[in-house]
Amino acid sequence: MCLAVPMRIESIQGTQALVDMGGVRREISLILTPEAREGDYVLIHTGFAISVLDEQEARETLALFAELEEASRELDRAEGREP
Amino acid sequence: MGDTVLLAHGSGGLLARELLDDLFLRYLGDDELHALEDAAVLSPIDGRLALTTDSYVVQPLFFPGGDIGKLAVCGTVNDLAMRGAVPLYLTAGFILEEGLPMADLERVVASMAATAREADVRIVAGDTKVVGRGAADRLFINTAGVGIVPPGIHISARNARPGDQILVSGAVGDHGLAIMTQRHGLRFESPIQSDCAPLSGLVQAMLAVCPGVHVLRDATRGGLAAVLNEIAGQSRVGITVHEEAIVVHEAVSAACELLGLDPLYAANEGKLVAIVPPDAASTLLEVMRAHPLGAEATIIGEVQAAHPGAVVLRTAFGTQRLLDMPAGELLPRIC
Amino acid sequence: MSQQGFRPQAFRDPAAAQRLIAAAKAAVAEPVAIMEFCGGHTHAIMRFGLRDALAPEVRLLSGPGCPVCVTDDADIDLAIALASLPDVTVATFGDMIRVPGTGGSLADARARGASVEIVYSALDALDLARNQPGANIVMLGIGFETTAPTIAAAVRVAADEGLANFCVLSLHKLTPPAMRAILDGGVVRVDGVLGPGHVTAITGSDAWSFLPERYGVPCAVSGFEPLDILLSVRDLAVALAEERPAVINAYRRSVTGQGNLVARQLMDEVFVLGDARWRGLGVIPASGLDLAPAYAAYDARNRSAIELPPAGAGPHARGCRCGDVLRGVIAPPECPLFGRACTPAKPVGPCMVSAEGACAAYYRYGRSPS
Repeated sequence: MCLAVPMRIESIQGTQALVDMGGVRREISLILTPEAREGDYVLIHTGFAISVLDEQEARETLALFAELEEASRELDRAEGREP
Repeated sequence: MGDTVLLAHGSGGLLARELLDDLFLRYLGDDELHALEDAAVLSPIDGRLALTTDSYVVQPLFFPGGDIGKLAVCGTVNDLAMRGAVPLYLTAGFILEEGLPMADLERVVASMAATAREADVRIVAGDTKVVGRGAADRLFINTAGVGIVPPGIHISARNARPGDQILVSGAVGDHGLAIMTQRHGLRFESPIQSDCAPLSGLVQAMLAVCPGVHVLRDATRGGLAAVLNEIAGQSRVGITVHEEAIVVHEAVSAACELLGLDPLYAANEGKLVAIVPPDAASTLLEVMRAHPLGAEATIIGEVQAAHPGAVVLRTAFGTQRLLDMPAGELLPRIC
Repeated sequence: MSQQGFRPQAFRDPAAAQRLIAAAKAAVAEPVAIMEFCGGHTHAIMRFGLRDALAPEVRLLSGPGCPVCVTDDADIDLAIALASLPDVTVATFGDMIRVPGTGGSLADARARGASVEIVYSALDALDLARNQPGANIVMLGIGFETTAPTIAAAVRVAADEGLANFCVLSLHKLTPPAMRAILDGGVVRVDGVLGPGHVTAITGSDAWSFLPERYGVPCAVSGFEPLDILLSVRDLAVALAEERPAVINAYRRSVTGQGNLVARQLMDEVFVLGDARWRGLGVIPASGLDLAPAYAAYDARNRSAIELPPAGAGPHARGCRCGDVLRGVIAPPECPLFGRACTPAKPVGPCMVSAEGACAAYYRYGRSPS
């Protein structure tokens, strides 16, 4: 129930949108996310957008991972390990 | 010649002769074919004969990057090339469904002719049958291929040895995904093209620098995973491959994410796996990359004595898992 | 934001993974058991080797989160019976096509002449109906809260258009009742729940508040990339160590507290709650979705005169322990059929057929070379 992938909205025509990921495109339905706009990233599940992705939240999560990676390197340096 | 294929086109009478003259012979211009004898009699061959047969039933008939005709020639040529044979002659038997648009048949035959020229192979014998509507899925092609194996070349799926290096001639999954995105009503637009291509030229270039290649296999149905498992089984060796070394085009990767597929199980029609002695690997890689059909070649793994018959994948994530034989047809999923 | 930010690769960095694994292990004083209720998580955990990486401090258990796996034999038999009717075509997602009922699968039925089409979207099934006015298209409605709204949307479109030759066989089920069944059952100890990220995109993370409030169990709503899962596991480990059961939204880029209100409203309009029989769990009241009376014309159950005996009484392949696997009672290798009589190539039960079934995931990713 879980296969949903983030795709970018290239254009909108009524309740349909053309979305793209890595050059693969398809027409999908925005019936479940009428608030979606061109340029938004949406989660696509069985030909429907089920959620509009929050860029800021994504950024923060990625920043968290980067912090973890940096913390790891710091620790390695402090303990005299090769990076 | 009418618009559609009729039963009469297969029954050896005037209509059949018309089909032969106006369509098949128009594109397939070989002298032997044009002689219209019951069998082609060819020059003597000095050396070991390689002989292969295949049938082609792909749907849809026309897909991005190719068609059933191109596939038929490439597939047969590649089977010969995988034993190190220089392909010489092909046969082509057609089973046509009554009602097939003549334009489609023409397109397929033209494509076969062009591909045969590109692969430098002669189509010297053919046959046509027509079956009633519903008795065949539009168009089936059966081929046989004959080639000659140069002296000193001994390539077999049984020849992999511990220590050997494993190379792939390029990116995987393109053909399988090119077909998949057109089927099951999936209707994705994508830049994915079938990689369908004749590999004999690439193989000859490889054998010229390394006649001691142990194994060559084209990674068709079941993809890279199937081929590696087959070799591991037939050679009774273990295989380890590194996920990060396997090239997958971005669009293929994206389509796989969307459909829940693994590109390692998707078919290829223009890629080979080569298993070679370790000291030959880097030279071969250079030679492959210098050839248009091997530009993205990489060394993906190695053969070992441990875990014979099993293929282990080291993931990009740093873990490892078994890469099994595919269970069945590649199917899209939503879960 | 560049596409890089939403590409899977961004959430697969091995170094960050190692940190999260270490943090999760360090947080717990004693071994904890975390259950996931989503086949997508089962699949990802196995594919990326997370189960072994987190053991023994954190034990990951697979729960009944694979909608294909929990589909009862009788429902599959009904779908096959419908497909075998002369003017009916069953449209289904690819996942269901090889799942066996008591007498084979939809793929077997198709080989015998039944009309079965694989679709990517319920909207494709609508197209089939529009393009083939002489055929009756039955859309097989499989899935939890992620997929149910999409079927509801298709039914609404059909109703708006007056598309008479389209209907739905709803086999949709809801996740919370399954969670309650497991926790109430008391057979398996569950300390924390890895919440299904895409189901929660629809339901909203507030939907899981019953877990800490009624069961004292923390729930971390998780995405499906390995770093998403590890982040959630780490957050659960910390919550457990601090004895602070709560709902944690660890998938904030896709999930909000309220979820997708449009989708939820559509589901409320098109479906009503009903009792549903779950493979392995039996009948769970108010755990399934039936077509609402206003949409009775689009309910395949109303359209056919097919009567099938209730399942549960049906013959189960001897030794098949899908039910126990689904409840987390045993791990796949403990089933006597695993890897012998039951493999992905010749599956006996749905846990092996479904790509995200616990047994299939374990078979593909969990076996070691020796």
